[in-house]
Amino acid sequence: MKKTAIFGALTIAGLAAGAAAAGTLDDVKARGKLNCGVTTGLVGFAAPDANGKWEGFDVAVCRAVAAAVLGDGDAVEFVPTTGKTRFTALASGEIDVLARNTTWTFSRDVDLKFNFIGVNYYDGQGFMVPKALGVSSAKDLDGATVCIQTGTTTELNLADFFRTNNISYEPVPIETNAEAQQQYLAGACDVYTTDASGLAATRATFETPGDHILLPEIISKEPLGPLVRHGDDEWGDVVAWTLYALIAAEELGVTSANVAEIGTSTNNPEIKRLLGTEGTLGEMMGVDADWAAKAIAVGGNYGEIFAKNIGEETPIGLARGLNAQWTNGGLIYAPPFR
Amino acid sequence: MTTLTDPPKGAFRPSMLLYDSRYRSLTLQAIAAIVLACCFLYLYSNLAANLRAAGLNISYDFLGNPAGYDINQTLIDYTSQSTNWRAAVVGILNTLLVAFLACITATVFGVLAGVLRLSPNWLVRKLMAFYVEIFRNIPVLIWIIIIFTIMTAVLPSPSAFRGENASSSMLFDAVAMTNRGVYVPGPYFTRGFGAEGNGALNWLLVIAVLVGSLIATRMVTASADAKQAATGVRPKTLWLNLGIWFVPIIVVLFALGLTWDYPALKGFNFQGGLKIGGPLIALWFALSIYTGAFIAENVRAGIQAVSKGQTEAAAALGLRPRRIMGLVVLPQALRVIIPPLISQYLNITKNSSLAIAVGYADITATLGGITLNQTGRAIECVLLLMLFYLIISLLISAFMNVYNNAMKLKER
Repeated sequence: MKKTAIFGALTIAGLAAGAAAAGTLDDVKARGKLNCGVTTGLVGFAAPDANGKWEGFDVAVCRAVAAAVLGDGDAVEFVPTTGKTRFTALASGEIDVLARNTTWTFSRDVDLKFNFIGVNYYDGQGFMVPKALGVSSAKDLDGATVCIQTGTTTELNLADFFRTNNISYEPVPIETNAEAQQQYLAGACDVYTTDASGLAATRATFETPGDHILLPEIISKEPLGPLVRHGDDEWGDVVAWTLYALIAAEELGVTSANVAEIGTSTNNPEIKRLLGTEGTLGEMMGVDADWAAKAIAVGGNYGEIFAKNIGEETPIGLARGLNAQWTNGGLIYAPPFR
Repeated sequence: MTTLTDPPKGAFRPSMLLYDSRYRSLTLQAIAAIVLACCFLYLYSNLAANLRAAGLNISYDFLGNPAGYDINQTLIDYTSQSTNWRAAVVGILNTLLVAFLACITATVFGVLAGVLRLSPNWLVRKLMAFYVEIFRNIPVLIWIIIIFTIMTAVLPSPSAFRGENASSSMLFDAVAMTNRGVYVPGPYFTRGFGAEGNGALNWLLVIAVLVGSLIATRMVTASADAKQAATGVRPKTLWLNLGIWFVPIIVVLFALGLTWDYPALKGFNFQGGLKIGGPLIALWFALSIYTGAFIAENVRAGIQAVSKGQTEAAAALGLRPRRIMGLVVLPQALRVIIPPLISQYLNITKNSSLAIAVGYADITATLGGITLNQTGRAIECVLLLMLFYLIISLLISAFMNVYNNAMKLKER
């Protein structure tokens, strides 16, 4: 079933890919819609809401790019992709940008010929265990049965971690988060491991979240970010700088509430350049002068997007941590707009 | 005097390709074949051109690189440092294992249910009809997940076996049924060949002895048949056959020093013994019981295809119902049953690719899942997968066709 789906997609994409050879930016403008690859559904990052409208942290990036290029945050065709189909979909031109909590790794960047254009969430792989197990460190997990959500970098990290520490484990690969959660709760595995953000999101849905603890070890770096095809640098620039615009907006205090007037009322030249009331940054990139203003107006700046979709006020309840602005001790940092 | 004249033999004209019924079908077939070939050629060149444009290439080098991930059920030695190719082989063996087990049990379920569906007992007949209709009409993926879910929810986790007053205990102090799998005592040899006396050679020896016993008993039976045909008296072979079966194998196992390794709770899990994983059990059972429903219908159709007169004639000769079924009905029914049975075996093999739903590491989960995802070599992996399933299906077909030829009506 999946095989035929991939193959069918390949064939169709192959037939349609003649157009993808031209600049993606021109293609998107001519089409009037941005094709954005997202997950098939991970609450907080990308999932359709009750009305069928896609919402989430990754979705917000897609909408911002659409607003920057086309002036409309709703001019996005969301293409749900699985862990298996995502790279084929991007390589074949079926989607213009993949925003699907995908970890930036060397082989994906170099061997698969993609360009990661930045990081929108710094994550790391963690472990969740029932409190009753009495385990306080991942190094005590010798011989444990571990549920893994398959199709991610977590399998490799896990194998590396246990090998480095010279302890054994038994992997139970599970296709989806929901099934893994059910197996974990039934006691079919002792430990559940995935990105720490995913663990927090999963634990939030338990009946008694207090009975489960996240172990202190974070065994990997998982920089998640949007990616585009290798070799189309103009398009890569547009997506990258849209993300940077959202990040810079938070740093500079530009929000969805004040973005309409701050461009003219402020004295800060960087805000003026960012919002296009001064300079020609938009023109250099081949988009409207107020591209960044439109992108920010859709869902707000990086901080607003974070707070609305996965922040501490939401059921997912993630603290900013590493994802705070660099001015607050985090890693989120945008190059200067000049 | 009459002379036979040949029909007028006109020279071949190109228009005959279209207007002459002798050539027309050939023409049309040739055109269809060329069009089909062009379609495939176009698709292939398009794919190649687009891959080139994207800077990608078709390469199988990744098969030699370390896989980097672990697999929970490995029939051969495997670590996360083994190659992707070895991971694929582990998957292939797992696929073959579950397919083989499921084919056997599905046949048993199917034959039982098929025969019982024709039972004169109303309750038995209706129960079997119920079984067939329920299992045949719900997708096998749903069955796999239901059975796995029930198993994990109903059976205790290993921690329930711990402590002074544990809520669960092992059967006969030897078998532990947990929601991670069933742990049974595992045999091993203390005086065998190979590393620590436990090489694969020992098992080959055991299998060879069993095969030898099988051949010997067949020969005993054949000589008894010959004697019966010649003299009308059948010699008693029961004790001789039992001896041939049991004495050599017991001697060999004793010589190799067969011992049992009992599972015991250590740390998070049971250690030692033989583990039959929960995913394997769920997949095996679901495939068997689902395909068994189809096979039951094949068996019923086969039996009903044997005319009632045959049964009545056999009964008139004084044969008992069991012998009528065994000697008259089933041998003829098999000719109808075997061809559809082949396709059911193929279905089992192909349906085993749903294994990843319960975390069973078959070829689709290793090569077509984790390897594909970690290397990003989707086209290569999918092509390999298709090739594997094609080869396996053709092999099963070939074997079953040999059997079918042996069983089918011999026309002389």
